[in-house]
Amino acid sequence: MSEQTDMPMGDLMVKAEQVCKNFGHVEVLKGIDLQVRQGEVMCVVGPSGSGKSTFLRCINHLEKIDAGRLWVDGHLVGYRQRGDKLYELREKEVAAQRRDIGMVFQRFNLFPHMTALQNVMEAPILVKGESRDAAKARAEQLMERVGLSDRMGNYPSQLSGGQQQRVAIARALAMQPKLMLFDEPTSALDPELVGEVLDVMRDLAREGMTMVVVTHEMGFAREVGDSLVFMDGGVVVEQGVPREVLANPQHARTQAFLSKVL
Amino acid sequence: MSVGETEPRPAAVKAVPVRHPGRWVAGVAVAVLAAMLINNLVTNEAYNWAEQLKYLFSPAVLGGVRNTIWLTVAAMVGGVVLGIMLALMRLSANPLLRGAAWLYIWVFRGTPLFTQLLIWGNIGALFPTLGLGIPFGPEFVTAQTNALYSAAAAAALGLIFNEAAYMAEIVRGGIQSVDEGQQEAASALGLTRPQTLRRIILPQAMRVIAPPTGNEAISMLKNTALVAAIPYLELTFTVQNIYSHTYQIIPMLVMACLWYLFLSSIMMIGQHYLERYYGKGYSR
Ligand SMILES: Nc1ncnc2c1ncn2[C@@H]1O[C@H](COP(=O)(O)OP(=O)(O)O)[C@@H](O)[C@H]1O
Ligand SMILES: [Mg+2]
Repeated sequence: MSEQTDMPMGDLMVKAEQVCKNFGHVEVLKGIDLQVRQGEVMCVVGPSGSGKSTFLRCINHLEKIDAGRLWVDGHLVGYRQRGDKLYELREKEVAAQRRDIGMVFQRFNLFPHMTALQNVMEAPILVKGESRDAAKARAEQLMERVGLSDRMGNYPSQLSGGQQQRVAIARALAMQPKLMLFDEPTSALDPELVGEVLDVMRDLAREGMTMVVVTHEMGFAREVGDSLVFMDGGVVVEQGVPREVLANPQHARTQAFLSKVL
Repeated sequence: MSVGETEPRPAAVKAVPVRHPGRWVAGVAVAVLAAMLINNLVTNEAYNWAEQLKYLFSPAVLGGVRNTIWLTVAAMVGGVVLGIMLALMRLSANPLLRGAAWLYIWVFRGTPLFTQLLIWGNIGALFPTLGLGIPFGPEFVTAQTNALYSAAAAAALGLIFNEAAYMAEIVRGGIQSVDEGQQEAASALGLTRPQTLRRIILPQAMRVIAPPTGNEAISMLKNTALVAAIPYLELTFTVQNIYSHTYQIIPMLVMACLWYLFLSSIMMIGQHYLERYYGKGYSR
């Protein structure tokens, strides 16, 4: 029997083919084709409601896609294919796929009943079965890496937004993901706190992490991004090298959007 | 103008405060009523404090207190466990499970606890035998209900099944109060649903669940008195038995109330610490 679950993708980390998603009768994604190479930082921009968050959520199967195919690291996301038939993965198998994909949310979504350090330790212990000591040691390293070694015992409510988001990044990194998804990680922050989060993301990019970043920070996109994707109305309107797209957008919708945010 | 300069401070406000004659009248009225109550407690011989003292720590009363305590604990533990199951059924994607839980809650909240307890006391008439076997098919083990079943079991089951219906709604409200982003973050980290529920959702829901559960526990302490319907020898039924031959009705009932007050006060202290424990991470 031919198992086509896995497909050789060369150095591609994410491959989306004609990905569609509907909510009821509303078509939110209308056939997205995208490829993210290993080590690439892809920035996704576009007006509110254009489907950016939905696309990110499809990548780690928080949303089921209605048509098309989506692979991460050579594995079909959420399904197994035998012949030309698709089988839904069990909950456990979906959870296993998600381990390798870190996600950072606009609203942080830290666990409020746990300290910052516990937030970072929790998933490695529960999901990977790591020992407490090992998880704690790495969590401490990660907290240091995001510049919060003096905040490990604080609860999220005792941290600023920028600090919370940095803990959230450390929490995602604790699972040692191959791919990091960021959904407007700085949009909920006061302007003076944006920089500290972007700094952490910049370091991460420099270390070679593959990242898909939905953002309105055009400076970050230009400086750190390897590619820029402009989405509008559930389709990819334009993509290319960030500097070029930002300086010289080809499409009228891109021009209109950029003239508002730049 | 430099900050260091000494300026004359503005004059402090001196005003005649508003008078509250109503407060004085109410205060005097309460003081008079309190004095009357104390006078009554001291001079009214019907309280027979000596009689109360004689029985306060008697073996029969202590036995009743013990039964009241274990019934309260059993009913709350069982009610919480069953209530969590019912709450999860209510929130399930399966319409059959949702419907079953809804029906259960409808029945047990819509009928009086006292009446339910009377039925539990007479359950042998409803199900004369209990058996293990295939539904609608043969049974492998069969036993007389009344041989297996004691008044204690009837009392505990009656209270548990009733409490579960109330706890289910409290737990459901608690789970629904947790931000959806928590489930998302946990899923994105690769936690399974049961792990998310146990480690992320329920601990946060506890902050909302704990205060009404404390109130439920205190109500339960008092509701145990209803199992006299079964009948089972908890505190109130015990003092009824005592005054049925001593005829010291009021002293025994007041004494029982003192025991209930003592126990519920301890529970209120426990409730305070429970709420503080589950509120961690939210203060400041
Ligand atoms: N769970 C949902 N149910 C129904 N509609 C949704 C849901 N999530 C998103 N949408 C809709 O899908 C569209 C795209 O949303 P989203 O992906 O969040 O856009 P963006 O992140 O680009 O602002 C919006 O019109 C939004 O209202
Ligand atoms: Mg969005």
